[in-house]
Amino acid sequence: MLRFLLRRLALVVPTFIGITLVAFSLIHLIPGDPVENLSGERGMDPARRERLLHEFGLDRPLPAQYASYVVQVLRGDLGTSLTTHQPVLDEFLALFPATLELALFAMLVAVAVGLPAGIIAALNRNRMADYLVMGASLAGYSMPIFWWALLLILFFSVDLGWTPVSGRIAVQYDVPAATGLMLLDAWRSDAPGALRSAASHLVLPSIVLGTVPLAVIARMTRSSMLEVLREDYVRTARAKGLPMRRVILVHALRNALIPVVTVIGLQVGLLLSGAILTETIFSWPGIGNWLIHGVQSRDYPVVQGGLLLIASLVVGVNLLVDALYGVINPRIRHV
Amino acid sequence: MTAATTTTRTPDPLLQIDALRVEFGPAASPLVAVDDLALHVDEGEVVGVVGESGSGKSVAALATMGLVDPPARIAARRLRFAGVDLLAVGERERRALVGKDLAMIFQDPLASLNPCFTVAFQLTEVLRAHGSSAERASARARRERALQLLRQVGIADAEARLDAYPHQLSGGMAQRVMIAMAVACRPRLLIADEPTTALDVTVQAQILDLLMQLQARERMAMILISHDLALVAQAAHRVVVMYAGRIVEAGPAAALFDAPRHPYTRALLDALPEHNVGRARLQALPGVVPGRDDRPRGCLLSPRCAHAVQRCRDVDPAVLCADGREVRCHFPLARPGANDA
Amino acid sequence: MSDGASAIEDVQAAGTGAGGSWHEAWNAFRAGRGALVGMAIIATLLLAALGADLIAPHSPIEQARDAALTPPAWRADGTRAYLLGTDELGRDMLSRLIHGTRLSLAIGFVSVALSLLVGVPLGLVAGTFGGWTQVAVMRLMDVMLALPSLLLAIAVVAILGPGLANATIAIAIVLLPHMVRLTRAAVLEEIAKDYVTSSRIAGAGPWRLMFSTLLPNCVAPLIVQSTLGFSSAILDAAALGFLGLGAQPPTPEWGSMLAGALEFIQRAPWVVTEPGLAILVTVLGFNLMGDGLRDALDPRLRR
Repeated sequence: MLRFLLRRLALVVPTFIGITLVAFSLIHLIPGDPVENLSGERGMDPARRERLLHEFGLDRPLPAQYASYVVQVLRGDLGTSLTTHQPVLDEFLALFPATLELALFAMLVAVAVGLPAGIIAALNRNRMADYLVMGASLAGYSMPIFWWALLLILFFSVDLGWTPVSGRIAVQYDVPAATGLMLLDAWRSDAPGALRSAASHLVLPSIVLGTVPLAVIARMTRSSMLEVLREDYVRTARAKGLPMRRVILVHALRNALIPVVTVIGLQVGLLLSGAILTETIFSWPGIGNWLIHGVQSRDYPVVQGGLLLIASLVVGVNLLVDALYGVINPRIRHV
Repeated sequence: MTAATTTTRTPDPLLQIDALRVEFGPAASPLVAVDDLALHVDEGEVVGVVGESGSGKSVAALATMGLVDPPARIAARRLRFAGVDLLAVGERERRALVGKDLAMIFQDPLASLNPCFTVAFQLTEVLRAHGSSAERASARARRERALQLLRQVGIADAEARLDAYPHQLSGGMAQRVMIAMAVACRPRLLIADEPTTALDVTVQAQILDLLMQLQARERMAMILISHDLALVAQAAHRVVVMYAGRIVEAGPAAALFDAPRHPYTRALLDALPEHNVGRARLQALPGVVPGRDDRPRGCLLSPRCAHAVQRCRDVDPAVLCADGREVRCHFPLARPGANDA
Repeated sequence: MSDGASAIEDVQAAGTGAGGSWHEAWNAFRAGRGALVGMAIIATLLLAALGADLIAPHSPIEQARDAALTPPAWRADGTRAYLLGTDELGRDMLSRLIHGTRLSLAIGFVSVALSLLVGVPLGLVAGTFGGWTQVAVMRLMDVMLALPSLLLAIAVVAILGPGLANATIAIAIVLLPHMVRLTRAAVLEEIAKDYVTSSRIAGAGPWRLMFSTLLPNCVAPLIVQSTLGFSSAILDAAALGFLGLGAQPPTPEWGSMLAGALEFIQRAPWVVTEPGLAILVTVLGFNLMGDGLRDALDPRLRR
């Protein structure tokens, strides 16, 4: 098992190098003067520009610049935001828990609804339940999620007044950020109504962000189940006189889940893409929102650092998913 | 008042199948996999079912086990096992029987074991569902019994194998595990569907021996399905020959193979390599087994049978019974089989 | 490529080989009603796009301040002059949507075409030449795939600057790795086959091998991927437009039409619902057709 993990880790290294290369070259690809882009100052006098050029190391040959960039990154220095003047890494770490909370609940929604939906569709193949699930799932990944968010807001927040429209918790609560996960922090703070407020703020964004993963999981579970139900070992399980519930939920599902887990893992990228849009609409203070503001305000250190961190995050999670895959599927452990 | 006269009655057969029909596809133009099948198996008897692929032997077995699902249609005049009407029985009762008194092993043992679970898991599962009350209660009791079963089926180093995954087993070993699972609760009838076909030749004999041992020791009835005539000749008391979903001949094994009465049985024997020594080609029946759309009006074998006459082509033969043998033919072969030139 | 559809693609075998004749494929395609609905939708959209100037009752960018936020015609306070109502600057929604069709289809077409133009040769080369070429190309694709699709598009737009053309290029870049991967996988599958070996023995050089022998067999999965890529492109373009990084006002691109819509959600919900519906229907059409094509062209996946 360990050897398997180490091998996967080794494969990740070139990808990571590639990511750093891309992030590094970003500054040089952006139109305009790199010094101006990195410092945020325009129309400097030549002397100041010379000094900054030297300070940023932009006067050295590219490979040397790249090398020191990598060293800086490994030391945790990803530059300073031009708008807030805070270190990029610090901002990222401060805002990351918000996105994490959102992503976790979105995934929860996606799996809790998508998995059973897929199983039900597979068991009712070509009947109404199947068409409903498949139709809903198709609609789910065919629509723009920012529009879906707007529709849900229209219905639940504006018309029904059940859910709030923005932020993570009602303004009047000042919850100490212990874990960064608002739900946990609100619960621990014991302020009356805080937990409820945090939860109600989480509902719509989680549903919105979780919709596409839900659709994908439902589809994948259905097709995987259909294949597995045809296998010989399912027939054996039935021939043993086991109740259908056990045959399906234990024997079939365990095998059917294998490709589904892979898909769940692949959703990380999807979640981060979707987080950008979701956070923008719901004014959710996470890294998606942060990155977009960075792009819109030409805060290049944020853009560069943010992309590097997010890409590394995705690669890291994929590695984790591979490890999980090894746990579920005994066959590849011994390969 | 008269005292009831005691007559020695032959006990009812363990398994009674009468006029079994299994259809697939649209009802208007169905694919008939099994047609008018009549079969009975007594306690402790080994019945061999032979026929080529597509003859319906597996489907009939699956239908008996309740493993053929809608939209396929199953119908029979009688389908009884140990006194229970398998057509009318409720799900719960069926499940109480299947895996316990009525068990089945399949052709491809490695594909028939769940790759995600260990041997121990799959073996103890049967014990938990159908085992004795001690086995159902205690995990340790189950594990003990599982070990015992593995040793019984001839697996050396049972301890190690118990915690192995199917992909770590050889074909022969996997089939032994399947057999262990099937006999775990001492079934009264074991259906073995091509148990050795997917295995190496050397292993085939071992597995067959194992099955015969178990059969003798537990006095278990067995249905042995195979296209391998030699296998069936060795093991079976009675043999049933199937063609295109129907039984064409049935009778005691020795008599049937010695003096086959149906031209198809004759042809099967003639095609064996042992009966073709010195020939350039194996003797084989010309033509193919009828499928869905080309079933003849009369005898199903008539397009291919060398002895067919007009009557054969027009009228479907009924089953003729004589001294313990059945034949579905207008003109059963009378002479004992000698190699026809 | 929108990760939704691509996630499914990547996990299911990309083995949409040249199984079965085209005739069989067409029959299978027709049998899937979903696919036919998809085709019907796309055909309608195509007509709308081509005939936009003729069909649209008003100019898509002409403002009429005094008619701002007019409700759609079926409401009591609506008017026949503006069938689907107007937006906050008095522009006719229907005309904007119709012209938007033209834009969306164009973006989809151009970005898919670009990604094919660059991606297919790359995939062919990687698969045929193998060795370091393959490693280099595939590693590069892995890096591109490490970034979620929208982020990659945003990164490209961050470099190139906002605008419809740049957004299209960004989307083409996002689709690129999928085309390369697919082509290479198809090449690897074909290259092991006997007819390729005999072609090589007969003296076919690598270039001829690639284009005349291997390429035709990659066509089937590429068609499916392109159709699904289309729907992805439209969603990504809309997202970029929504974020203000794509089409700029007053261009009637559906995504950018939704950009400022949140504030009107109470007063004028049609400004929100209509462009979104347009996107949904279009993407649905391409997804349905893509699914139908996949089922038709890969006999193994036929359900």
